Amino acid sequence: MWNDIECAPKEEIEVLQLRRLRETAQRVYNLVPFYREKFDEVGIKPEGIRSLEDLKRLPFTTKQDLRAHYPFGLFTVPMDQVVRIHSSSGTTGKPTVVGYTRHDMEVWKEVMARTMSMADVGPGDVCNNAYGYGLFTGGLGFHYGAEKVGAAVVPASGGFTKRQLLLMKDFGATVLCSTPSFALHMAEVAREEGYDPRNDFKLRVGFFGAEPASQGLRDALSDAWDILYVEAYGLSEIIGPGVAAGCPHGNLHIFEDHFIPEVIDPDTGEVLPYGEEGELVFTTVTKQALPIIRYRTRDITRLHHGPCPCGRTMVFMDSVKGRSDDMLIVNGVNVFPSQVEHVLTKMEGITPNYVIIVDKKGVLDKLEVWVEVDENIFADGLGALEELKRRLQNEMLNELYINVKVKLVEPKTLERSMGKAKRIIDKREAEEM
Amino acid sequence: MANKFAVKQLSIFLENRKGRLLEVTKTLMDARINIRALSMAESAEFGILRLVVNNPEKARTALASGGFTLREQEVFAVEVNDEPGGFYGVVKILAESDINIEYTYAFVGESKKAILIFKVPEELLPKAVSAIEQGGIRLVEPLFFYS
Repeated sequence: MWNDIECAPKEEIEVLQLRRLRETAQRVYNLVPFYREKFDEVGIKPEGIRSLEDLKRLPFTTKQDLRAHYPFGLFTVPMDQVVRIHSSSGTTGKPTVVGYTRHDMEVWKEVMARTMSMADVGPGDVCNNAYGYGLFTGGLGFHYGAEKVGAAVVPASGGFTKRQLLLMKDFGATVLCSTPSFALHMAEVAREEGYDPRNDFKLRVGFFGAEPASQGLRDALSDAWDILYVEAYGLSEIIGPGVAAGCPHGNLHIFEDHFIPEVIDPDTGEVLPYGEEGELVFTTVTKQALPIIRYRTRDITRLHHGPCPCGRTMVFMDSVKGRSDDMLIVNGVNVFPSQVEHVLTKMEGITPNYVIIVDKKGVLDKLEVWVEVDENIFADGLGALEELKRRLQNEMLNELYINVKVKLVEPKTLERSMGKAKRIIDKREAEEM
Repeated sequence: MANKFAVKQLSIFLENRKGRLLEVTKTLMDARINIRALSMAESAEFGILRLVVNNPEKARTALASGGFTLREQEVFAVEVNDEPGGFYGVVKILAESDINIEYTYAFVGESKKAILIFKVPEELLPKAVSAIEQGGIRLVEPLFFYS
């Protein structure tokens, strides 16, 4: 364990959280007009925060708020104290911008060191960091974390798969940091190149994050490389990777002395008790450049507390089930794209392109999943294709508890007809408008 | 090593969508590919177009870059007399050798001959070919299609 605070008694952590929350509230109230107005609207002053219970009285912050104050409108320090700026790609609007002071960088390194320590990474380890280096927080976040614990970092970044494999082998990399999809791609390329990914490399652990991964994908990765799968959860608005990390017992502990989590009902905003599923919300309590109050992540999960066999006392969360924006209600049943992906991955060991289409047939909703037939799953025989379709439909019924019609389509059909990377088409809404 | 009578066949996955066949055939025409034999299998939603062409490598490249999903298979071809019982003679040999025919298609050749194309399970192709040879039926060399 990197820091004893991770296994401190709950009361000790709460005392720390309250003090830090009050400081953060003071800071944003005094320095950012946006927060002052929002606090005044709901009639709360920073000095009115007397217990952690009062957190739920504070206003939410959303991604739209960050965009509206592009680029530096929510920063609470002058620019001469900012030592790093990251930005997310703005595929659905203006980019969001996050800044770090020297102190913030130390916090980030600290939580990343805790992440790496989940698998006792340290001196002697060689860490192949395949997260993209650049504006994306993944690359540099893992870089600093691995350096902090004393591992040798190979800043491989994304791409150049064949060269990366060669270096991983020749350098005797023991740790891989990567998105799940890239790690799976690397395993495929490794096999094509004649390597045996399970035995020809010294890898013992992988730190995976930045995109949702179904259980099927995790198992496939663990098996393909013969490594321990450690989940890393984070988002740039909070700090980047390092918000939560999976312990050896598979519990995703949140570093709550820095980031206070809540789970709320996404519709009413009401805070839900431990164990109930809802939208994850974070308040950062140690950041200087861009502290953020009750940030709505849109990620759907549950929080748990209680003793963990690893000794950590910090709250832990389920792997993110989906985004609240993505959740579909089909004939009263909640459906997440991740569940569909899980079935596809489990069936064929690959993640084909797919799109989910919801429509109304009479009074009932109907769900279709269009799956692209690529070289990996195209069998030269109608029988084999019909069989694949039937099996997928059965598995979807088992996983989603609703009937799904699977349609096999040609590659690029989805892009052509729906636009890039859109996974869900809900025709019900369109018709009502 | 590939069997010397193995003929390369391209199978193309096609959605049942208006104009799709037009696009495949245009892609082949633009690449100056000549189709020597073809068959089409269809279900309610999609179909598989199977082609033997004069230049499989070139066709494959053209189709792949055109965004089609395809797969290369090995089939074999025989030449029989274009008369009652011609097809029977071949099927009988395969049946007696316990070889399952996955699919077959045919076209009329030159001077009262017919060409039959057979797809059998991959691992049984050598066995099928030698059974046909021993049965005294003429196998068609791939060059016949490729030239």
